[in-house]
Amino acid sequence: MRPGYVMTRLAQAALVLWAAWTLSFVVLYLLPGDPVRILASGGLENPDLDPARLAQLRADLGFDRPIALQYLTHLADALQGDLGRSITSGQPVVEVIARAIPVTLPLALASLAVAVPVALTIGLLANAVRARWAAELAFSTPALIVSVPTFWLGLVLLQLFSFRWHLFPAASTDSLAGLVLPAVTLGLPNGAILGQVFARSLSQTLAEPYVQVAIAKGLRRSRVIVAHALRNALIPTLTVLGLVVGNTLAGSVIVETVFARPGLGRLIARAVTVQDIPVVQGAVLLGAVVFVLTTLVVDLLYPLIDPRIAHTAPAGTRS
Amino acid sequence: MEHRQRGPFVTTGVVTLGLLAALGACSSGGDPVASGEVATPRSGGALTFAVLSDPGCADPQQVTSLDAGYWARQVVDSLTDQNPQTGEIVPWLAESWQVSGDATAFTFVLRSGATFSDGSPVDAAAVKRNFDTLVDLGARASTGIGYLRGYKGSEVLDGNRVVVRFESPNAQFLQATSTFQLGIVAPASLDRSADERCAGVLGSGPFVLERYAEGEGVDLTRRAGYAWASTLWDNGGEAYLESARFRVVGESSVRTGGLQSGEFDAAAGVSVQDAGTLTANGANLVVKTNGGIGFQLAARNDAPIISELPVRQALSLAIDREEIASVNYVSGTKAATSIVSSATPAHADLGSQLRHAPDEAKRVLDAAGWTAGADGIRVKDGKRLVVRAVWTNGAVGNKTLLELVQQYAREVGIDLTLVEQDQATFVESLGSGAFDVILTTVTRADGDVLRNTFSTKLTNQFHVPAGGLDDLLDAQAAEPDPAKRAELLAQAQREIVDNLYGIPLVELTTVVGVSPKVHGVSLDASSRLRLHDVWKDQ
Repeated sequence: MRPGYVMTRLAQAALVLWAAWTLSFVVLYLLPGDPVRILASGGLENPDLDPARLAQLRADLGFDRPIALQYLTHLADALQGDLGRSITSGQPVVEVIARAIPVTLPLALASLAVAVPVALTIGLLANAVRARWAAELAFSTPALIVSVPTFWLGLVLLQLFSFRWHLFPAASTDSLAGLVLPAVTLGLPNGAILGQVFARSLSQTLAEPYVQVAIAKGLRRSRVIVAHALRNALIPTLTVLGLVVGNTLAGSVIVETVFARPGLGRLIARAVTVQDIPVVQGAVLLGAVVFVLTTLVVDLLYPLIDPRIAHTAPAGTRS
Repeated sequence: MEHRQRGPFVTTGVVTLGLLAALGACSSGGDPVASGEVATPRSGGALTFAVLSDPGCADPQQVTSLDAGYWARQVVDSLTDQNPQTGEIVPWLAESWQVSGDATAFTFVLRSGATFSDGSPVDAAAVKRNFDTLVDLGARASTGIGYLRGYKGSEVLDGNRVVVRFESPNAQFLQATSTFQLGIVAPASLDRSADERCAGVLGSGPFVLERYAEGEGVDLTRRAGYAWASTLWDNGGEAYLESARFRVVGESSVRTGGLQSGEFDAAAGVSVQDAGTLTANGANLVVKTNGGIGFQLAARNDAPIISELPVRQALSLAIDREEIASVNYVSGTKAATSIVSSATPAHADLGSQLRHAPDEAKRVLDAAGWTAGADGIRVKDGKRLVVRAVWTNGAVGNKTLLELVQQYAREVGIDLTLVEQDQATFVESLGSGAFDVILTTVTRADGDVLRNTFSTKLTNQFHVPAGGLDDLLDAQAAEPDPAKRAELLAQAQREIVDNLYGIPLVELTTVVGVSPKVHGVSLDASSRLRLHDVWKDQ
């Protein structure tokens, strides 16, 4: 890896973070709502808002300054690691997000622990099984799973495994058992997407001449898959895995709402509803960081899997 | 000007409201204990309570949502309490009080012995500091500063006597002292900034706020040595429960499912769909009508079309409120019979005016020149009878409520166009008047809610024309005698319902699903949970 490559990657990362941060700022300011009015009217219970009081609160929160000035101040603060305070709770955004990460991280990891075996099973079943119907089934399962709305999947799992059979708690954040159903809900669709890519890529690899040669030499199909095809088939799967990790954050919005988990997803959903701009921006920034890091990790993994790939070209392109 | 009040004292000590005794009819709901055998309360145990939403702040003075009330109410005590059956104001932290004849000065005599959970005393100085700092909180404490409008200052007379003064008459303040938003917080918490207070405050309540986790909920533990219970509670000592967890569970099916499976002991926000399943599975429902303005379609009273009284009259006559109450809400929910609910002190029954009479509605529109158009929607001077109804999905059943109203309206030739908005946009529309009618509700167990909502001297969000209504609303605010005040408020209700500045639909009820293992659950006059008397089987 050359220093030039590292510099390019860092510059790209910085650009992505700045763009995500700025875009979220612009979008939130373009939305019709007024965060100050929402804060003062909490829960829609108090329709009578004194204009003078509102103006005072607006000034306290710095919303009375020109937008460009607000943007530049926030940007300057953000560059020094200060993401501001939540409008609703008044707590520093960094702390708010830091409290939500330990809730979402185990969920994300557990969901990957579900997704990866699901994907491998689908891919191997689709290619290694002789019975044609079983292979067909394995090929079509991903489409079936992905077409089920995550929200609905979560509620069905809850109805059966929690409310009917009492196997897992519905809304427990402090137990490992409470992680099972949300992880499955989040992991299954991701596993299906991964599985589909893996199955396709594996069957393409199996059609390559060098694999055909190996089979012609009399090697067993399963041995060919494990020893020769798997490695190559994993490359596109890994690219998608990078995207799936990014998707986990988006998926957590729904899963954490259904399973009442106070993680990043719930935080984002709530912050958007009440236009808690600093919190949304902080979360978007975190999402961008996660995205940049996963892409980087995936890129670094490529040459380990396929030594033909070297880091001479821009990220993600194969030489 | 110490020790001197303007005018004679009208009310001393416990106010007795003979007139309001009739309010005993307000549905205070089925206490689960009442239906079964009388068991002896057991001390101990932990309760898990599922609520819908998180206010983002754990300071009772800074939160307003109905959901926050479930736990916020338990952390702080109030100067007074309000009898949910009679509306009567009774002692709690204050053992007696006096209201000046012009309703501008309120003198409270505090009971002795009450302490905050940090050991500091609940004294006159603490009460004064609470009101002083609350005013400084400004719009962050929007409910509280509304109650303290015109606050002039408080004066400590001695260790346990404090007088609260206002610039102008403020009769509603007495009832306001019973709410948790004016609950008394420890001075140590008042020293902290508004933001810091959101992480949690110290109070003198029967439970101590142990932990607040944004998005997750609130953990409470029993306050050891608590001995200053409201005079309305059964148990005068410490709370029965050792601890209580309030979990934020946004999905209604998860709340009810968890209640059935035993994961939760109680759940708020039970929908009519879930109520049947819950009761069939042995759970009890605690149902109470909220005081204040129930669901209403508040009109923008100066907008084209809806500013025509016949249009509002026809819309009102078209609506079958009884059907709405029985189809769309949990049993026990009542059709609106006035602009304020039947659980509001001073409620006047104007049900005959809010009758379902679609034929009459059609005649009213005919007479006003709105003639039937080709598609069934009426037309006048080339303009279609379209009314834009803005709403947000803030309460269980809002969507189906409006769909029903839309059908009723169509039957008489009014096109009620439903405009659903997210909370942010809704609040903006409400503030800027971007609606013909808007679905709102305000919980407040005092008739002064009408002044906040309809007085043209305040924000006047509904663009009500200035006139006699203002005088009535001002007069009730200056009337310390509850009976006379109720009469003025009844007149104000008549004025509002005659003019239909807002079209009342159905009363707002608070519905809590309770596990059969849990006893003693009840709601106070403001429909807040009374956790102190709740106990749980082994």
